[in-house]
Amino acid sequence: MDSSGPYDPTLDYPEGPAIAEIAGGGDIKPWRPLHVSRRNFLRGVVCSGIVVGGASYLFSTATPARADARGVERMMSLMVNGKTHHVDVAPNETLGYTVRYRLGLTGTKIGCNQAECGACTVMADGRTIYSCSTLTHRMRGKDIVTVEGIASADGTLHPVQQAFIDELAPQCGFCTPGQVVAGVALLNANPNPTEEEARVAMSGNLCRCGAYEHYLRGVMKAAREV
Amino acid sequence: MAYRLIGKDFTPPDIEAKVTGSAKYAEDFRADGMVHVKFYSSPMPHAKVKSIDADDAMKIPGFVAVLLPDEIKQPDVTGFPILTSEPKYYGQPIVAVAAETEQAAADAVAALKVDLEMLPFVVDPLDSLRPGGNNALEGGNVSGRGVDFQELKWTGKDFAAAAEDELPRGAAPVEWSFGDVDAGFAEAAVVIEDSFVHATNSHHAMEPRSAAAYWENGKCHLWGSTQSTSFAQPGLARMIGIELKDLVFVAEYCGGGFGGKGASYPLMALPALMSKKLGGRPCHMRVSRAEEYANGMARSGFQGWTKLGFASDGRITAADIFVVQDLGPTTGFPDFGNVGNAFSIVFQPPSMRFRAVPVLTNTVPKGPQRGPGENQTANMFEPLIDKAAKELGIDRVAIREVNAPGNGGVGAKIGSKQGPLTSAFLKEALVQGAETFGWSERAANSGMRTGPKARGYGVASAYHSAGSSGFDGLLRITPDGILHVHTGVGNLGTYSYGSTSRVAAEVLGYDWDHVVIERGGTSKHIPYNLGQFGSNTSFTMSRTNYVAAMDAKAKLLEIAASSHGGIADDYELGDEMIVRKSDMGAVMTFAEAAQAAIEMGDKFAGHVLPEDIHEMTRASAKAIAGTGLIGVAKDTLPKDGTAPALTASFVEVDVDLETGAVEILDFLTVSDCGIVNHPTGLAAQSRGGAVMGFGLALTERHIYDPAYGIPNAVSFYHGKPLSYLDVPMHTQWGAVDQPDPQNPMGIRGVGEPLQGSASAALLGAISDALGGHLFNRIPIVTDMIVNAAAGQPQSHKPLATNTV
Repeated sequence: MDSSGPYDPTLDYPEGPAIAEIAGGGDIKPWRPLHVSRRNFLRGVVCSGIVVGGASYLFSTATPARADARGVERMMSLMVNGKTHHVDVAPNETLGYTVRYRLGLTGTKIGCNQAECGACTVMADGRTIYSCSTLTHRMRGKDIVTVEGIASADGTLHPVQQAFIDELAPQCGFCTPGQVVAGVALLNANPNPTEEEARVAMSGNLCRCGAYEHYLRGVMKAAREV
Repeated sequence: MAYRLIGKDFTPPDIEAKVTGSAKYAEDFRADGMVHVKFYSSPMPHAKVKSIDADDAMKIPGFVAVLLPDEIKQPDVTGFPILTSEPKYYGQPIVAVAAETEQAAADAVAALKVDLEMLPFVVDPLDSLRPGGNNALEGGNVSGRGVDFQELKWTGKDFAAAAEDELPRGAAPVEWSFGDVDAGFAEAAVVIEDSFVHATNSHHAMEPRSAAAYWENGKCHLWGSTQSTSFAQPGLARMIGIELKDLVFVAEYCGGGFGGKGASYPLMALPALMSKKLGGRPCHMRVSRAEEYANGMARSGFQGWTKLGFASDGRITAADIFVVQDLGPTTGFPDFGNVGNAFSIVFQPPSMRFRAVPVLTNTVPKGPQRGPGENQTANMFEPLIDKAAKELGIDRVAIREVNAPGNGGVGAKIGSKQGPLTSAFLKEALVQGAETFGWSERAANSGMRTGPKARGYGVASAYHSAGSSGFDGLLRITPDGILHVHTGVGNLGTYSYGSTSRVAAEVLGYDWDHVVIERGGTSKHIPYNLGQFGSNTSFTMSRTNYVAAMDAKAKLLEIAASSHGGIADDYELGDEMIVRKSDMGAVMTFAEAAQAAIEMGDKFAGHVLPEDIHEMTRASAKAIAGTGLIGVAKDTLPKDGTAPALTASFVEVDVDLETGAVEILDFLTVSDCGIVNHPTGLAAQSRGGAVMGFGLALTERHIYDPAYGIPNAVSFYHGKPLSYLDVPMHTQWGAVDQPDPQNPMGIRGVGEPLQGSASAALLGAISDALGGHLFNRIPIVTDMIVNAAAGQPQSHKPLATNTV
């Protein structure tokens, strides 16, 4: 038997339409681009007494949806990649959420949303943190750097980024932003790490492709160049 | 011959986006008016939905719609539904909700009242095979590719006949054999008989399978995470219920698949169906880690038994193999079939009997995971080869050498039909590896003690098929002289979409700086390529790009003959120009020829296409017709036999007998993968595959509560992928670098076996450190080592699976 072929669960499905199309939209409300203004949001709170998150995404999928402590968003100043952003932030909002879904910095990845994998690693005042598990309101006054803030403004790559390319370190690439930030943070704090120091500094960042040796070679190569 | 590009490193064009964070994965999609989809998933391992009350959910501010299982089409009974009213595993999606915000969607899901009737469930295949044992599905407990859905119970006698630590062996729906097995055992100097268990484990791709979709102008636009840009599309279109031409698919990056995203899968279709219900409104579904665990598939576990006969020189005389596969709740993947194939090719037994029972369980759905069946084979059987070597007093490399296919694969065979191989050099890989590793000198230190630590050495081989034929190549040369290689290979992270595209550039003599790879979705007009899985990409798509380039070459020469006289044979290619052979004078640049192709039209510009290409390739070629010189062809090159990927791994460990900690000190894999096309790519895959393999050997497994059927090892650190601190930072790789005669460039790929041989070699090294103690249970977790070192009984029940 040839069982080396692909896995295709769709072969178990019959041909034909998957779902009936609702003529004229049925009882579905016509949609328009989502825009909840602050005034409408507050009006909704005052008039209905129902508090809805103004945010579009769920902050922590590890938390039961109804158990989270929601409240009114407050505007705060957040310094990200050298720029000050004025953003509405909910009390239970994580930094990973804020940078991805409010600031559009999607380079920071959410792999586990529970501080296991490190794909969401960013720097706060030079120290690496898991942005998926850090409340944004606690980042007031901090200097946040995401992967988008690593290369120079003119696009010149940081030596860690260039070394990762040279060593073919990224494979699927999903953990790479976190690896880049962890490597840069290490070299900022310790420009001449031993390999063991580098290995420990990077150890909060999982890579399922198993590219650790290539990332580490990249960090050590960059250390020789910075 | 000397190649300009083949065998040389290159910088993959997508890699910079990966280090700057600008690479867009499926979850990075945004659209105005986008709603968020979440689903209610089963809190039970097996149940029937009695009613769904969405009244309270509809009152949640921001609620938009609910999608019920009855509204969408359903697969066969053993299929993998998108939404179901008979959930067969914990975490299976039942109802989906769309809302203006993700929070509102989650609130609406929480407000759903789903009345479920619990049904009988089973998490251990052997429990299901017992007389009166539960069936995972109503009406049956056995299924599989080539195996009808059926109820199969073994007799009490079958169970009573087996010792406590021996696999009972009742009726098996899969059985084949070749050679005279009885005579083989009769002539054996040593016979090994053992039972074993291989755990199930998660794929744990870093990127959960988020997806997004909308409909516009009759077409479904979908962002998905898949290993295979072309190959995912026909199945996805079928699941969504549209024709292939009506799917607009974007799959630029894939944050890890390992087989779990080999093509399309049910969750990828869910936002598309919700969007359809909403008149096309963009729907975005962010999948959480927990949801990914439950729905992201897993490697099948096995419970097995074998009897192996060996001659005094170590040659296997007979093999009798019986495996029970944990299939999960769907038809899953036929890992069981690959066990028979993998054993037969790696050890070349002259006689063999193979039996298998794929059993349905109410556990995470199983799909292929890197070496599905083949890598479990390495883990289950390689330690037994060590046991035989010890009993025969033969070196552990030598016993593998004597059985391995080598010398180009002359006389080597595979599988029940004992079919031929395109080529094989496993014997040579073992010899080269042993020499590079210094096996004979180092293995003399087996068992050396340093305090509580004992030194061990391991060696193992692994296999996966590595190539196919019959897919299409498509490229064009535009009037600016640029070569565009269109490829439907996915972006899994191996960069083989790039290395195989270089074959086209090599054939046409292109400078790599003048080549653009068109990939990542339907808008790039991609040909029908096989998926990026199964170690096949390098072999299969170097052939498709070769035939497309040869088609372009023929057209270039014809164009020169038509404009400058003579026949095509009077010309040849050089430095991106067409030159006259007689005086080596350049007559046209490729840029001029591309312009001429547009003016000549017909086949030259893609207006007339080959009859035998796939409809996807045809549509893509039509879309780019008239924009340059089109090279397009189906791969009809000869392919007789199985193209194998084979590896041999060597490992050195220290095992702490007091704590059970395993420290990997040194590691080497040598691959038999044809001519090495992308050396650093092979290095990265060799090392990365080993890291995954070490996890498979040491830490990765599923655990269920047998009383409630609820999974207990659901996050990264429960079934732990290894980290920087768990693996060595300097490892070695190599290749025999012998060409495969059935690939025009001699290329074969390798992916899966890099994990399997690493894993199995580590198992052997741990046993070696413990004086040859066999665990016959994978993974070997620390408490098993501590118990073995202390001479204490193990805490697990023999043959129990999906438990600690």
